[in-house]
Amino acid sequence: MTFVRQLRAEWTKFRSVRAWVLAVVGAAVVTAALGPLNLSTQRAPSGGAGPALVRGPAGQAVNDSFYFVHRQLAGDGTITARITDLTGITATGPDRVSSEVQGWAKAGIIIKQSLSPGSPYAAIMLTGAHGVRFQDGYTHDTAAGSAIAAPWLRLTRRADVISGEESADGVHWQVVGSVRLSGLDANVAAGLFVTSPSTVHVAVIDVPETNPAAAVATFGSVAVTGSWTPGSWSGGQFGGVGTSGSYPRGVSGGFTGTAETSLTLTGAGDIAPVVGGSVLGTGATVEGFIGGTFVGLVALVVVAVSFMTAEYRRGLISVTLAACPRPGRVLAAKAAVVAGSGFAAGSLGAAVAIIAGRHVAGAHHIYTVPVSTPTVLRVEVGTGVLSAAMAVLALAVGAVLRSGASAITLVMVATVLPYLLAVSPGLPTVAAQWLLRVTPAAGFAIRQSLPRFAQVDSTYIPPDGYFPLAPWAGLAVLCGYCVVALAAAAFLLRRRDV
Amino acid sequence: MSQHTPSSTTVEIIDVARVSKSFGPVPALRGVSFTVGRGRVTGMVGPNGAGKSTAMRVILGLHRPDAGRALVDGRRYRDLSRPLTRVGSLLDASALHPARSARDHLRWLAHSQGIPAGHADTLLERVGLASAARRRTGGFSLGMRQRLGIAAALLGDPAALLLDEPFNGLDPEGIVWMRDLLAGLAAEGRAVLVSSHLIGELQHVAQHLIVLAGGRVLADAPVAELSAARGSGGIGLEDVYFRLTQDAARSQGSTMTGEQR
Repeated sequence: MTFVRQLRAEWTKFRSVRAWVLAVVGAAVVTAALGPLNLSTQRAPSGGAGPALVRGPAGQAVNDSFYFVHRQLAGDGTITARITDLTGITATGPDRVSSEVQGWAKAGIIIKQSLSPGSPYAAIMLTGAHGVRFQDGYTHDTAAGSAIAAPWLRLTRRADVISGEESADGVHWQVVGSVRLSGLDANVAAGLFVTSPSTVHVAVIDVPETNPAAAVATFGSVAVTGSWTPGSWSGGQFGGVGTSGSYPRGVSGGFTGTAETSLTLTGAGDIAPVVGGSVLGTGATVEGFIGGTFVGLVALVVVAVSFMTAEYRRGLISVTLAACPRPGRVLAAKAAVVAGSGFAAGSLGAAVAIIAGRHVAGAHHIYTVPVSTPTVLRVEVGTGVLSAAMAVLALAVGAVLRSGASAITLVMVATVLPYLLAVSPGLPTVAAQWLLRVTPAAGFAIRQSLPRFAQVDSTYIPPDGYFPLAPWAGLAVLCGYCVVALAAAAFLLRRRDV
Repeated sequence: MSQHTPSSTTVEIIDVARVSKSFGPVPALRGVSFTVGRGRVTGMVGPNGAGKSTAMRVILGLHRPDAGRALVDGRRYRDLSRPLTRVGSLLDASALHPARSARDHLRWLAHSQGIPAGHADTLLERVGLASAARRRTGGFSLGMRQRLGIAAALLGDPAALLLDEPFNGLDPEGIVWMRDLLAGLAAEGRAVLVSSHLIGELQHVAQHLIVLAGGRVLADAPVAELSAARGSGGIGLEDVYFRLTQDAARSQGSTMTGEQR
């Protein structure tokens, strides 16, 4: 009850100083507007509209690109094949290639709902360096237990269930994985595929390097059971090459041989979620839409510090503590006020920025990396919590230092500076990642919308928008600093004479 | 010389007992004891640095005493749940946010005590600031700020009032207004403690005087008694005060040279 009274009192104090209210509104406006405004000054990549990214079943951006040799299967059935060889063609310089195969080059058997990109699928495959895998839904990846050279692979459809098996001899089979694809049509596209992402290389001082690469795989002993459309196998590049693939110069997708003897396929691309970093290419991201958050945070920090230090400038703190002789309660009420204002400004600003950003990107023919709805919500709510936490930190530091200028400087040096250092190229990746683990700047992880997957190689480094900590874990680090600063402030407020 | 003459006709509401307080090596209060009773104006007078503000701050829990205690209604100030309804105080009239209006200043104070916000306007009317209610206090004269400070002190309709140098910055008209106000508050049965470094400001309004110098209580007596104390031949209160504080300064000097009292 007494806390509620003090909360009301502090809120009245806050809203009755017009500059503070305007600054919070301003913080929301710049958070909402700066990212989209910045985007509106950009031009679409040459060649008009950028590539339209494919959306996977969960709404996220996916690559669905591979060389496909297929037929139509009606109802239940199987395909069996032995992969006798998997090599690569990797560009190592202008007009030079090596036979290096990419770790996540894939060759195997796939059953796909339809020939439209982004449709559901399940596949069993041999990879360049990660053995036999069963994959489905673009993000699910299951490794086989054993490492077999030149394995036999079998993919079976039984009603809605697709299961993948491997075998060393074509006689004894082991299930690698299976998945239920509900609502799978009776007629599906099924066959053999080969694909390979481009090279990804991160130097110590990160200048990401990427080179075109293709994979070449030979399939022997191809056999099918079930009801297949009569005729021969037809081949073609499916879904372009996506964001992470490209053929070396002079190399293109294709296949040779016959199913009766052996088939050799050459392919590039990937069947995987789109991630950020060097493999993303040019696309608008949610992070870019809410780029104005940083300017908004500066305003919120200044307001939160002033809300505290204004008490000391003319001795108002004596009046405040005469009205509420419990310093901890005063501090908590003030923290609640700046946290609430910060949350409102941050979350509303981010929500508007994302809507506006998508509009601007659409109008300027800049493609937007699709992000699932839960991720968008997490970024919106998270930006609110981030703003609230920064405001509380600033308030607490203001209470400790009692000087506006030094408190603002300290908060900026502790939060924005490590972030800027970490994301600017030039700092070794390890140092950048430690900065984003141990400083309050870890909290900015909550902004990250770009996903990270073990089965996709990319430059997962701070300058490309990748934080070393998970979004909420990073925010928890910042909140930890808030708790420590609040505790110090409460201790000092109680101990000091005013 | 220190005397303590509790009045049997009043109930003590503020009770300061043997309070000492130092700021670093500098002693501000040295074993100060006094009480403030209802229904009268108690003047606290002493030169600058005598410890008047420190004593008030100790009562309000803003300074922690090194020794002794200060109680309001038998309780520590910090244990009062809605303190402004027990003790109204005005320590520094300039302790305002300059961008906040007079009305909003009183409204946040009202909210902190669970007092209806409408009281703010009533109080502004009472202290003659109704027309300036919505103006930012940054543009207020010291006299206006003193009036606003009085309004804040009265907001909770408290039984006790602590006012530190409330006559500062008032024009003659304001001084008369303040005297009448203090007399009226005491007449309503409130305990009123008013400090000043000028005894002239207090002699016509206070019924009781506490003379403070060098952190010690030199006198604590009804005004009439003090005037009579050395009153062979009509020595005024000012002369009594002057002599008291001079004695204190002398004895302090001898203490400083190592002489024990």
